[in-house]
Amino acid sequence: MALPIYADTAERIWYYSYRVICALIFVFLIAPILIIMPLSFNAEAYFTFSREMLTFDPAGYSMRWYDNLLTFGMQAPDALRDGGWWADVWANSKWLQAAKNSIIVGFFATIVATVLGTIAAMGLSRPEMPYRKLIMAILISPMIVPIIITATGLFFFYSDIGLSGTYFGLVMAHATLGIPFVIITVTATMMGFDRSLIRAAQNMGAGPVTTFFKVQLPLITPGVVSGALFAFVTSFDEVVVVLFIGSHEQQTIPRQMWNGIREQISPSILAVATILVIFSICLLTVVELLRRRSERLRGVTPS
Amino acid sequence: MASPDMTTDTDVLRTVDGTPLKTALAIASRRARIRAFMLVLPLLIFILLTFAVPIGQMLSRSFTDDKFSSNMVELGKWFDDNANAAPDEAAYTALAADLVTASNERTAGSVGTRINYELPGTRSLFTSAARKADKLEAPFKEAIIALDKDWARADLWAAMRSASAAATTNFYQAALDRQIGADGNFEAAPENTQIYVKLFVRTFVISIVITLLCLMLGFPIAHLLAVLPMRYASLLMILVLLPFWTSLLVRTTSWMVILQSQGVINDVLVALRIVGEDGRLAMMYNQTGTIIAMTHILLPFMILPLYSVMKTIPPSYARAARSLGATSWTTFRRIYLPQTVSGIGAGGILCFILAVGYYITPALVGGADGTLISNQIAFHMQKSLNWSLAAALAAMLLAAVLILYWAYDRIIGIDNMKLG
Repeated sequence: MALPIYADTAERIWYYSYRVICALIFVFLIAPILIIMPLSFNAEAYFTFSREMLTFDPAGYSMRWYDNLLTFGMQAPDALRDGGWWADVWANSKWLQAAKNSIIVGFFATIVATVLGTIAAMGLSRPEMPYRKLIMAILISPMIVPIIITATGLFFFYSDIGLSGTYFGLVMAHATLGIPFVIITVTATMMGFDRSLIRAAQNMGAGPVTTFFKVQLPLITPGVVSGALFAFVTSFDEVVVVLFIGSHEQQTIPRQMWNGIREQISPSILAVATILVIFSICLLTVVELLRRRSERLRGVTPS
Repeated sequence: MASPDMTTDTDVLRTVDGTPLKTALAIASRRARIRAFMLVLPLLIFILLTFAVPIGQMLSRSFTDDKFSSNMVELGKWFDDNANAAPDEAAYTALAADLVTASNERTAGSVGTRINYELPGTRSLFTSAARKADKLEAPFKEAIIALDKDWARADLWAAMRSASAAATTNFYQAALDRQIGADGNFEAAPENTQIYVKLFVRTFVISIVITLLCLMLGFPIAHLLAVLPMRYASLLMILVLLPFWTSLLVRTTSWMVILQSQGVINDVLVALRIVGEDGRLAMMYNQTGTIIAMTHILLPFMILPLYSVMKTIPPSYARAARSLGATSWTTFRRIYLPQTVSGIGAGGILCFILAVGYYITPALVGGADGTLISNQIAFHMQKSLNWSLAAALAAMLLAAVLILYWAYDRIIGIDNMKLG
């Protein structure tokens, strides 16, 4: 959007002030995420920049909150850091246990959501699908219905059928919450899919299974993978359902953070937050690469 | 061309095995429809089992509570036999019998809790009467009223009468700030105990404010991204998508760090001597905190739909308007803005739906006046344990959200929803 030569003074002023406004909004978007990163290296238990940090004095920075992530919950945190110490970390560190739980639940929830979601998206993208809009509305509703309502419903339902506090129940609940994202991303990819390729494959004698794995799946893989990543992030970031149906042992990272924020907010939270931000930067990179790949596969070139 | 007239057999086009082509086509397309449906069916069953059934079951709870009716059987019979009658000796006899049972089975507490929902402060009436129930002697009316003269209250009997049936709409009355009055009918609760209607209004007002803020901040960004050359736009897009992919709790935590009274903004203001050390702004644990943090969290949901609409608007329209003599403001108002309306609708409704049901951020930064209806539902679920009232509030919230969802589908279409 270059400034046209016929622009008058007022328009020139507006052109540059518009850029400044946009820059400020971008700062609003990104600053809160970046600001916690340096603060997580604070040597003091404060949530603000100390004088030492502002003058870049090394004494103002430390890794103690990251260290605290490992030692919190350990039996002998002050022991010599040998193999036994690390075994203690692996077995007892609360944050590490939470990370293990989050990854296990997230992994299985993602598998369930992605497999069921992809199969359903294949059906939904067929032109002959009956009651398409209604079914789509039902399948996307877990994203729309307030999480507290879902959690309340699951709380009663799971207590009745004895699934409260089980990993199975948690995985099923998280899969439900991730499904809308899989449906949306995979159907969006399917929209750009040329259906005559399927007919061509069938014409040459491929059965439906061969057609799916050899023709359709390779083309929609980028969409499926980004849907799966969405589902994983949804599960990895979910706290309300875990609070309602999880047992005391089922601490996940978000639940541990939630407790940390509500009870004693310590800068360890900022260390976790920094790690999670780096994690989401990695995920975003993967999704962006997949999107470009998908566009290349569909023959859309960025201008 | 074959005649469409089906009576003459010879004219009809047939497949190899002799079925009329029309029938064969109908069968084939029906099979195709069933095949497509079969692909969706597993997920549909899954969602019904893990989502629709639990919510439906929870909603049915908003109409029922049998804590009183299942434990006070004799009194229930008396209420059935004597509609609209004032409590007589027979009623008090039934009450005494039920209190003895409640005392033996240790259910007086839950019976009292049920009546306490309707008339706060009456729970102890039941628990203390049940403790002394064994010693009660006829005439029971005098004996029970001698225990506590509150037992003669008309509103107490009205509350017991309405609780004697498991099915009830009382929880919806309570959710609308209505209670059983002295004459036994529902009336508006006193001004100082009305909370739910105000809370609903506050939730909607805060959500509208957040949606408008998102629109004000999102519109310029979406427009900039749509008109910049692709290579710059996709770089800037990362700044929008990174918050979108970052954990909600992380974003809420960072706003707590920034906004709290010993936080970054206040420290900067104090260092610049804009405010004094004792004049630190209270930006957290109130509505301001909720609005700022939620605007930040929901902003990507506004920008992404706006961006996808704005990208399809050809820039030549605006140039044509300018060449025909329109000022830049007129061009924006009459040419550009009308073309973005569907994006504004999509982003606006999406932001509003998500804001109305928000729980986590208000719970952490909301304080007393920044919490929303979801937080009240959680309070009744976890603290006051009045589950039926929680379900009634949830049902009302769900109804509001579903109406908005339906509107979204009508205006934009669910299949046009995009993420990133």
